[in-house]
Amino acid sequence: MTAEATPSLVEATDGPAQAGPSVRGPRARTRTAYLRYVAGKLGGAAVSLLAVLVTSFFLFRLIPGDPVKYMTGGRQVSAEQLANYRKEFGLDLPMWEQFTDYCGKALTGDLGTSYQFRAPVIDKITEALPNTLLLTGTAFVLYTALGIFIGTRSAWRNGGLSDRVNTGLALTLYSIPSFWLGLLLIIVFSVGMGPIPGLFPTGGMESGGNEGFAYVMDVAHHLILPVVTLVAVEYGQTLLVTRSALLDEMGSDYLTTARAKGLRDDLVRRRHAVPNALLPTVTLIFINLGRTVAGVILVETVFSWPGLGGLFYQALSVPDLPLVQGLFFVFAAAVIVMNTLADLIYPLLDPRVGR
Amino acid sequence: MNTQDQHHRGLLRPRLVAAAGAAALTLTAGLATPLNPAPHQAQAKENKKVLTVAVAQSVDSLSPFLASRLVSTSIHRLMYEYLTNYDPADNHAIPGLATKWEPSADKLTWTYTIRSNSKWSDGQQATAEDAAWTFNKMMTDEGAATANGSFVGNFKKVTAPSATKLVIELKKPQATMAALDVPIVPKHVWEKVGDFTKFNNDKQFPIVGNGPFILTDYKPDSYVRLKPNKSFWRGAPKFDELVFKYYKDGDAAVAALQKGEVSFVSGLTPAQSTALKSQQNIKVNDAPGRRFYALATNPGAQAKNGKKFGDGAESLLDQKVRQALFLAIDRKTLIDKVFQGHAVEGEGYIPPRFSTYFWKPEASQQLTYDPARAAKLLDEAGYKKNGDGKRVEKNGKPINYRVLCHATDPNDKAVGQYLKEWYGKLGIGVTLNCLDNVTDPWLAGTYDLAFDGWSVNPDPDFVLSIHTCGALPATPKDTGATDNFICDKKYDELYDQQLAEYDTAKRADIVKQMESRLYDTGYMNVMAYPNAVEAYRTDQIKSIETMPKAAGNIYGQDGYWSWWSAVPAGSSGESSDSSSSTGVIIGIVAGVLVLAGIGAFFAMRRRSTAEDRE
Repeated sequence: MTAEATPSLVEATDGPAQAGPSVRGPRARTRTAYLRYVAGKLGGAAVSLLAVLVTSFFLFRLIPGDPVKYMTGGRQVSAEQLANYRKEFGLDLPMWEQFTDYCGKALTGDLGTSYQFRAPVIDKITEALPNTLLLTGTAFVLYTALGIFIGTRSAWRNGGLSDRVNTGLALTLYSIPSFWLGLLLIIVFSVGMGPIPGLFPTGGMESGGNEGFAYVMDVAHHLILPVVTLVAVEYGQTLLVTRSALLDEMGSDYLTTARAKGLRDDLVRRRHAVPNALLPTVTLIFINLGRTVAGVILVETVFSWPGLGGLFYQALSVPDLPLVQGLFFVFAAAVIVMNTLADLIYPLLDPRVGR
Repeated sequence: MNTQDQHHRGLLRPRLVAAAGAAALTLTAGLATPLNPAPHQAQAKENKKVLTVAVAQSVDSLSPFLASRLVSTSIHRLMYEYLTNYDPADNHAIPGLATKWEPSADKLTWTYTIRSNSKWSDGQQATAEDAAWTFNKMMTDEGAATANGSFVGNFKKVTAPSATKLVIELKKPQATMAALDVPIVPKHVWEKVGDFTKFNNDKQFPIVGNGPFILTDYKPDSYVRLKPNKSFWRGAPKFDELVFKYYKDGDAAVAALQKGEVSFVSGLTPAQSTALKSQQNIKVNDAPGRRFYALATNPGAQAKNGKKFGDGAESLLDQKVRQALFLAIDRKTLIDKVFQGHAVEGEGYIPPRFSTYFWKPEASQQLTYDPARAAKLLDEAGYKKNGDGKRVEKNGKPINYRVLCHATDPNDKAVGQYLKEWYGKLGIGVTLNCLDNVTDPWLAGTYDLAFDGWSVNPDPDFVLSIHTCGALPATPKDTGATDNFICDKKYDELYDQQLAEYDTAKRADIVKQMESRLYDTGYMNVMAYPNAVEAYRTDQIKSIETMPKAAGNIYGQDGYWSWWSAVPAGSSGESSDSSSSTGVIIGIVAGVLVLAGIGAFFAMRRRSTAEDRE
C-alpha cells in the first residue's frame, strides 16, 4: 500500500519521448503511448487491490486477543455458548479454510458479518461512509482551496509580512494536535466562555427529530466546528507545498517573458506561474482525497461524529475481524483508486508525463 | 508554453470557483442554522421535558437475544419487562411481569403467576405464553441463546398452562430463579423472525414492548430515543422523552452537561468530578459501585482433564506466599492516591452495596497492611532473602512476578507502580506487562499476577461460579468460563450448597462462607470497590432514584428505577434558551462577515477578469 501511496512523479522529469522509427503521425503515437500508460497504471492498481485483499486477512489475525472472549467478557456464559460463538464466526475452522472462505466471499462482494454488531460489514460501512465523507469531504474542499489560495499569494510575496504571518500561522496550526484544538473549540464556541456564547452543538451529527430542510440545517450546524478543526490543522500542508512549488517556478524565464509582454502581475501569477507549479499540489490533493475515506479518528471522537474512523477503532479493539478487514480494504482501495486517478490525470496536466 | 497556458486556464478556474462556491455554501448553511430551526425547536420543545443521557458505548444489538453490552441491556430493561425486578432499596427480588413465584416441594418445579395488567404497546395482552415462548426459543434455537443462553442451561421444560401461569421445570435445583435477567418478548412479533443471529430489531419503529419506555428511534452512534409507556402497570415515567445521546469523548460529554445539552453524564474521572462539583445546577453523584478491583493470582493453570499448562510462578502455589502478598498492600494509600477517594477499601469478594451477601473478614483472619508480618510469612514459607536482598524461588532464581495489566486502564498502571515499591521492599521483583488486550496470556495462564475486576449482580451466583472447578476449560486448548483457574474443593462444595438453597437468609450465609474461604486461600486479593461517579443537571432533573436508594448509582442499574422515577425540573432548558438567542445574533454577525469576505473575493476576481477582457 505504501508503495502506491505516492504516484510516480519520477516520470514527470523524463525528457520528451524519443522519436521512434514509426511511420505514424505524432498524434497517433501519443495516443498509443497514453493508452499503454493507462493500461499499465490500471493493471498496477488491480494487483495492489488484490494484494490488499490478501494482506488484510492475515494482518489482522496477528492482533492479539480472542474476539469471542472479548465479546463475552464480563457476563455469564457457558462453555457451550463459547463454542457456539466460535462455530458461528467460523473461528473453529483451520486458518486456510477461513482464508479460502473469505477470499471466495470477498470476490462476490460479500465482506462477511460483523462479530459485534451481527450485521453485514457492507451495511455498517455504507451506514457510516456518508457521514465521514460529509465531514472530511467538506473539510477537504475548504482546506485545499484555502491552502492553494494563500500558498500562491505567499510565494508571490515571498518574505513579505503577509507571507511570514501566513506561513507561521499555518505551521503553528499544522502542529497542533487536532483533538486538542477540537476540545478547545468545543469549550469556547459550544459551551461558551466569557462574552462568547455557546454557538454550536457540543457533539454529534444531528439533534434528532428533524426532517427535510430543518434536518439539513441541523447537520450543517453540527458540521461547522469539526470542519473548522480539520481545515485549521490540514490547510498548512497544501499551503506549504503550493508555496514551495511556486517559489521554484518564480525564477523561470517564461515569467520574465510574460511580464515583458506587459501582462499584469496578477495574470502572470494566475495564468503562467501557478499552472506550472501545480503538479505537486495535485499529487497532494489526490493523496488527501484517498485519505478522506479513512476518516479522522481523533476529530470524529472529539466531536462524536458517527463515521468510519470511530467504527475502525471499535472494530480493532475486539478484534472484529470481518469488520476490520472490510474497513481496511475500503480504506486501501480508496487510496489506490485516487492515486491511479492522479496518475491518469498527470499526462493531461503535463504532456511530458506518460510518453 | 502558450498552449499549456490556454489549457490550464480552462482547468484552473472552474475548480477554484467550485471550491469557493462549496465553501460559501457550507458557511451559509451553518449560518442559517441558528437563524432557522432554533426558534422552531425552542417552541416545539418548550413544554416537552426531555431527559438526555450521554453515552459512549455503541449498541451491539437491539435484539435482547443478541445484546450483551451494558448500554443495550440497560435499554432492554426499559423496553421489556422481566419476570422479576430488584428492589431499589436493597436489591431483593420483587415482582416484574410475574407477581408471584414459588418452588415445588422437590425444588424442581417453579410456578410463576403472570400479571394480567401488562399490555404490549401494540395493544395486545402480555401473557405467560409470551414468557414460555421466549424461554423455549432460547432452549431450542442456538442463535436465540447467544446472549442469555446460560439462564436456561438448567431448564428441562417451560410451559404456560394458562395466560397467567408459567411453569418452569428444572434438571436440578437452582436458587437463582427470581433473578432471571431475560427480557420477555411478544411472541406475536418475534415468531416471525427467521435467523435470530442476524435479526437486530432495529428496522421497524416503534419497537413493540411492555416496559416503562417504548423505543421510537435509533441511529447507530448518534442517538436512541424512547417515549414513556403511558399504560405501564407501575405508572408512566414523568419525562416526555428519554434520549441516549452519543458522546465518544468524556470531556466533550462533560462540556455538553455544562452547557445543558445533556442532563446526565456517567463514568467521570476524578478530575472531571472535581471540576463539576463547584458548578451551579450540577449535582455530582459519587456512588458506591458494583465492581470489585482485585489482584488475581495464577494458582497454576489447569484444565478439567487435569492437564496443567501456563507458567505461573511456583512460589504462588504456597498459600503463605499469597497471603504475604495481601499483607504487603496498603489499601488506604491506593484509595487515596490512585482512586483519589472515589473508591472504598476492598476486603471480601462482594461489594458492600449488596448488603445481603456482603462479608467482612473476622479479626482473626484479617490480612491488613503489615509488611513485617508479610516478610515473616515469606521466611516461614522458605523463601528467604539471598545476599542481594532478593527472595529466591525453590530453583534458586530470584522471585520476579509478571503482573498482567490493562494498558487502557490508568488505575492498573498506577497500582502497578505501588506494587513494585511494596513488593520490592519485601525482596520480590515485579514486571508490569501492560497490554491492550490481555486475553491471550490470561487464557494461556502465562502470568503470575493479574489485575482483575467484575461487576457484581444482585444475585451473586455468576461471580461465584467463575471460581469453581466446573468452570475450568475442558482441555488446555479450550476456553472455559473460569476467571483465573481457581479450583478448590471446599469452595465447590459450598457453591453447590448455595445453588440448591432456596431460603435467602440461609443461602446468604453459605455465600459468606464461600467469600471467607476465597479470602483465606489468597487467590483473589480484592483491593478496592471503585465508585461510580456521575453527574446530572438539577435544573433539568428535579429528583432521580439511585440504587441502592440510600447511596447508589444512576446509570446501569439492575432495574429501570432511575429513568422511570426521574422528575423533570420546572425551569428546564431556560438557560440554554437565552444563550441560543444571543447565539443567533452573534452567528448572524459572524456569518455576514464571512459572506462579505467571500463576496469581496468574487468581486475582485470578476473585476480582474473584466479588465483582462478589455
